[in-house]
Amino acid sequence: MSKSVLGLYDDANQAADAMDALKAAGFPLGTFDVLTGTPYPEGAFGEHVPQHRLFRFPAFGAIIGFTLALFLTTATQIAYPLVTGGKPILSLFAMLVILYEMSMLSAVISTVVGIVIESRLPNVNPGVYDPRITEGLIGVVITTEDDQADTAIAALNGAGAMEIKQA
Amino acid sequence: MQQRRTIDQIHTNRVLLNGQLDTPKWWAPTVITLGIIVAIGFFLIGIMVNKGLGVTGLSRPVYWGLFITTFVFWVGISHAGIMISAILRLSQAEWRRPVTRAAELLTVFSLLTALMFPLMHAGRPWRIIYYIVPYDFARGIMPNVRSPLIWDPVAISTYLTGSTLFLYIALLPDLGNLRDRTTGWQKAFYTILALGWRGNPRQWKLQTVGGILLSALMLPIFVSVHSIVSWDFAVTPAVEGWHSTIFAPYFVIGAVHSGVSAVVTMMALMRWLWKWEDFIRPEHFDALARLLIVVATGWLAFTFLELIFAVYGLDAPEIELRDMQIFQWPWNLLFVVFVFTGYIIPVGMWLQKSVRNNIALMFWSSLFVNIGMWLERFMIIVPGLARKTPFVYTWEAYRPSGLEWFILFWSLAWVTFLMLLFSRFFPLVPLFEQKESQTFGDSIKIGRARVPAIVREAD
Repeated sequence: MSKSVLGLYDDANQAADAMDALKAAGFPLGTFDVLTGTPYPEGAFGEHVPQHRLFRFPAFGAIIGFTLALFLTTATQIAYPLVTGGKPILSLFAMLVILYEMSMLSAVISTVVGIVIESRLPNVNPGVYDPRITEGLIGVVITTEDDQADTAIAALNGAGAMEIKQA
Repeated sequence: MQQRRTIDQIHTNRVLLNGQLDTPKWWAPTVITLGIIVAIGFFLIGIMVNKGLGVTGLSRPVYWGLFITTFVFWVGISHAGIMISAILRLSQAEWRRPVTRAAELLTVFSLLTALMFPLMHAGRPWRIIYYIVPYDFARGIMPNVRSPLIWDPVAISTYLTGSTLFLYIALLPDLGNLRDRTTGWQKAFYTILALGWRGNPRQWKLQTVGGILLSALMLPIFVSVHSIVSWDFAVTPAVEGWHSTIFAPYFVIGAVHSGVSAVVTMMALMRWLWKWEDFIRPEHFDALARLLIVVATGWLAFTFLELIFAVYGLDAPEIELRDMQIFQWPWNLLFVVFVFTGYIIPVGMWLQKSVRNNIALMFWSSLFVNIGMWLERFMIIVPGLARKTPFVYTWEAYRPSGLEWFILFWSLAWVTFLMLLFSRFFPLVPLFEQKESQTFGDSIKIGRARVPAIVREAD
């Protein structure tokens, strides 16, 4: 049975000490995390710097959008082949406008999907949390087995936690 | 950031969430009044749909009038959001923080409003579907992708969808904050919308990187949208004054001028109505006014370039049109008002530091700009159609009806109504951006002076 333990701190240095204490206690990276109400400089708490693959999403989306737009603009002009001024049926300049817009639309939608997925959202079981985190407190949260919970609580308290919550 | 001050997170929450947690007394009566105006507007639109466009002043040869002018006006206003939010985000301008959300919101609601005008203008709105959706496979009739009237809805839909998603992604941390501050049905509402936001380093990193990436994607869309709107006119060789190669950049810079001015108007109202003096400060108006001086001067250059390009060709009808626009009654009066309100008065004011730091004067100068910019669109669209041309026996026939005027003012009420409704449920200033500014802010000593400074991550 796993347990989620949260230590609350009002000082960033204490939160960083708590992260160090958890590392020193042998908890593997990825089992503990820091929660804040505002972005902090990367590595401020000695946390694992998260890697992401967000940049692949817009590229993939743009390719899908471009392909769909190419099909739509080509198919509609061929389906109703209206010759204008002896020009070719497929009007490239006009198609470019639609190709561009649909590629960009698809890139934006896939980027948003990418942000949500890479942020690990939606998170239906967020675990232990405290609303005061969005008021300025810093939370250090760890998910561990029941028999390791006391070690984690000791590490969090050792760094000066003002409160410990468990779920 | 000379005016930076230290504000703790509890105070930031209390003040910036006052619209959601402690609705101001003026909110309900204002929304009800605007709601009545909006309802009357919809009733009049219903009458117009029922009776046809005969209830407007539109007739040959002026078949594009107040509705299309107002459509271009609102598309222009919509350029505020991405101009402010994306460019300032990409350039990491510190003064963007209280401005971005309101600007993005203005984009979304003004685009929604702009989209309604071509629908009304069509007279039979449901027929719009015939040229957007492939509808008649039996006869093989498809949307004509060669027409700018197809490019236009495609571009605007792209911009509207992108802006709405951008707005939502940037709202996620504040939705988490609202979830933490509310109870009952409100908590359930914000819990669903916040998607389980917790504020760990991964989520913050994605918020930052995603914001920059979306800004970079939205910027070219923003340029394309008003370029394509300008091509509604510029690819029409039959109307003098419309068929101009300079229209795309001219429309884009005009849109930025009117859009950023609308953001100034909105910021002044936000500061007064919600009492956000700690967050929306004179320094923000000062920065926006400096930006506007550059944008407005660029726009003025394009205005006169457009005129010079038209006259330089010595094409008689084109010269006659310009003569009519600038020297003949009543167009000459409109032209003077347009130049004075669009540039001379506001820029003359913004050159004074005392004006840039005076919020009331900035408010009024920004209103002047948008009066001028609406007139600019009217002066582009209508005179070219109204001028007498050979073999045409009706001209100068356009007198906007009372209904058209009401719907123009209705659109202002409608956008304000939507903004106020939004403000009841969502914060107009991004709280996490304000808090980030405090976290990254510090003061350093240079010689004997202590000055505010901001830490910036290299990425």
